[in-house]
Amino acid sequence: MTVWPQLEPLLGKVQKPARYIGCEDGAQTPVHIPEAAAWLLGYPDTYEIGLPNQGLQILYEIVNERSDGVAERTYAPWTDMEEQLRANGIPLFSVDSHRAAADFDILAFNLSAELTYTNVLNMVDLAGCPVRTADRSATDLLIGVGGHCTYNPEPIADFVDFVVLGDGEEVVGEITAVVAHWKVSGKQDRLEIHRALAGITGVYVPSLYDAIFNDGMLVEIVPNDPAAPAVVEKRTIADLGEWPYPKNQLVPLTEVVHDRLNVEVFRGCTRGCRFCQAGMITRPVRERPADQVRTMVAEGLKRTGYDEVALTSLSTADFSGIDQVVRDTVNDPDCGGQISVSLPSLRVDAFTVGIAGEIQKARRTGLTFAPEAGTWRMRQVINKLITEEDLYAAVRSAYSQGWRRMKLYFLTGLPTETDEDTLGIAKLARNCVAIGKEYHQNPSVTVSLGGFVPKPFTPFQWFGQNTREELQRKIYLLRDELRRDHGIKLKWHDPKATMAEGFMSRGDRRLGVVLEDVWRHGGTFQEWSEHFNLDLWTDAIERAGLREEDFVYRHRTENETLPWDHLSAGLHKDFLWQDWRDALAEVGLEDCRWTPCYDCGACTGYGIEHVVASAVPPAGGSQGTGQNLAAGGEVPVVLLPGKPVRVGV
Amino acid sequence: MRIRVRFTKTGKIRWTSHRDVARIWERTIRRVRLPIAYSQGFSPHPKMHFGLALSTGHESVAEFLDLDLDEASEVLPKSADLVALVPQLTSALPVGLEVTAISVIESNATSLQQAVESCEWRIEIRGVQPAEVAEAIAGLLAVPELMVTRQRKGKDVTDDVRPYLLELAVVGFTGDGTEIDAHLATQPRGLRISELIAMLGAGWEEGRVRRLNQWMLLDGARCEPLAGPPGATSAPHASARAS
Repeated sequence: MTVWPQLEPLLGKVQKPARYIGCEDGAQTPVHIPEAAAWLLGYPDTYEIGLPNQGLQILYEIVNERSDGVAERTYAPWTDMEEQLRANGIPLFSVDSHRAAADFDILAFNLSAELTYTNVLNMVDLAGCPVRTADRSATDLLIGVGGHCTYNPEPIADFVDFVVLGDGEEVVGEITAVVAHWKVSGKQDRLEIHRALAGITGVYVPSLYDAIFNDGMLVEIVPNDPAAPAVVEKRTIADLGEWPYPKNQLVPLTEVVHDRLNVEVFRGCTRGCRFCQAGMITRPVRERPADQVRTMVAEGLKRTGYDEVALTSLSTADFSGIDQVVRDTVNDPDCGGQISVSLPSLRVDAFTVGIAGEIQKARRTGLTFAPEAGTWRMRQVINKLITEEDLYAAVRSAYSQGWRRMKLYFLTGLPTETDEDTLGIAKLARNCVAIGKEYHQNPSVTVSLGGFVPKPFTPFQWFGQNTREELQRKIYLLRDELRRDHGIKLKWHDPKATMAEGFMSRGDRRLGVVLEDVWRHGGTFQEWSEHFNLDLWTDAIERAGLREEDFVYRHRTENETLPWDHLSAGLHKDFLWQDWRDALAEVGLEDCRWTPCYDCGACTGYGIEHVVASAVPPAGGSQGTGQNLAAGGEVPVVLLPGKPVRVGV
Repeated sequence: MRIRVRFTKTGKIRWTSHRDVARIWERTIRRVRLPIAYSQGFSPHPKMHFGLALSTGHESVAEFLDLDLDEASEVLPKSADLVALVPQLTSALPVGLEVTAISVIESNATSLQQAVESCEWRIEIRGVQPAEVAEAIAGLLAVPELMVTRQRKGKDVTDDVRPYLLELAVVGFTGDGTEIDAHLATQPRGLRISELIAMLGAGWEEGRVRRLNQWMLLDGARCEPLAGPPGATSAPHASARAS
């Protein structure tokens, strides 16, 4: 059933009605048949943020290629539209055929940010489905989630039927088959489908597990049903080259973020930055063959009409032969010479800037680097091994090639961080401005400061997050330090929101009541600063009889049970613990892509390994070695001798 | 070489903005490899000249766009090729945008925004009976002067909008409300549909709105910027595709 006739008269009453009409180039024509499991793939934020999500677009295509599956898309209606929908009794709908959510079998969300959780509850409610799993009947929607946040799904465990860990390309088909079978058999019993889903590797069904607490501490999370495995393993596709998706990237009619062609050049990263969850949970590195990248770029540009392509990954400058690939793209005569290539997440060195210079011939406005921390000591702790010389060489290269604005990303609230480290940020920024003055009259540097939130399955998962007050103090310390520096602009993320993020990042099932409470008090779009409301959170935490301290600020101990111990990202817990000890000892760890394996666990035992075209690292900077690697990858990357600390010593 | 494109905007896509449509055109031109000319300078942009903006939510069977093509290009279409370009552009455009005619025009032709003197609209007013609307129309047309204060670029501007009302007539009842045909002058400022409805009746709600025609004056005679195919005022084919 389509809600379009009821929806259409409302479109004139809301902001940006194009959010709700679909009609994108690349949109599929869904065919709903009784034998096919119908997915409504949702992103719990606005259309502009959600549409470009590559994960959802990949699943959308894969499901629609199957005879036993069909998929449509939905996004969080903005507050004005939500008001209209509720006032007029219209449910959540798909943007493809404006079909009511309840006419699907599965409503599945990509979870990329903790602060979107309340939007998930809101969308489930708008779909006409009970928000709590326990209250759902056999014919209600199955609520699923995937994406990076699902490595700790416990805060949302009460609201979801199933959770997918890892790459979705293969497992989405397995889930489709199981749900299609259940649908054909008449959806007799919800427990039956829960059990069947739990039998799929990579799928976690929270209701089949009990979380056991003792004296306010989590003891363990154990299966309460024989169908549920004791440990749920993540899924990893061995070869990205087998999955050239999305084949028909959606081209929206209205402006969205990342409004360009996006081609994923590799998945996974083993630089080993200790704060970075993405770099831990997506191992190993799997490069797309360079020829496939070229084909996807050329055909994608031709089909979409975009004049910009982003080569995406966690660190695109590390792609084997990246310079040749971008040169080929820019010089492709088929593309008319007006194509610009963007490299999100630039590595900090002059070589990388050189590539950027070649491809951004016009529109040379700003470049962004992420040194992450203000001193070399601090960067050793977090294993982001960029020397000051690397940064200055990158900045010099950028200014000399015509860029005028630099943006530098830093984290604050990192383990062992002192005020010297915080003030080190000011020093770096000043030196960058000084370099800029050699080339331009008014160079500008924007320092962007984010509060560090420890994430599951990282070496910092044991670290107690800085309090709101401490983060604010450090931010003001830096602000005061930079007050007289005219070329430097400081921006920061609200520490109050950082607290809420940290609360859910490492929370357990007891947070379900808090989330529901925040949502019931109107706390949607918490990712948006104009909607974030700390009082909603602190009040809900208090009403639940919980304390911020226990979930956010407390250092975890080696032997305590973590809420995600029954899930596996492949990484050995003792590897992470060792890396945590190494961090505290300020010892770096090399990138295992080009050096021998240190057995983190992500490859061994799964029959997978790195897929990289080059056995030596790409050129550029020192890459943490203290050696000059600017000439290229002839020199094997070996870290400077550190002072390793062994557990128990 | 400058060409003028006539197109429709009907169905769901009417909820995109004027700016959205401009971006859609940029991508479409690249998709069909039309050799558009680019401006010179630090950030070159394609030379596209749009006519009067159509409000988000309004349909039209008479939209126009002028494009400057790159004379030096090897793939510059000849005048005779322009007929083939019509279906080619339509198939590269999203559903609901449909090209109905293309022609070469003088490179120094007056811009659409200046040349168009008036537009004809079909406007639905929800929840009101034809007799009521007819009465309101008669009342408006009877007065010699209609001083209205409107916001223009953040400032209050008071002027006489009576000269903008060229023709107003009730068409009939749609089931949801009353449809009228309105012929409104566009120079120097124009009159918004929402402003017209507010003048007709306080609190009256705008329903479906469609631009039927745009008119220029050529030596005193009314003519279209570019004639569409016969029967272009209804565009049943385009509407069916886009609904």
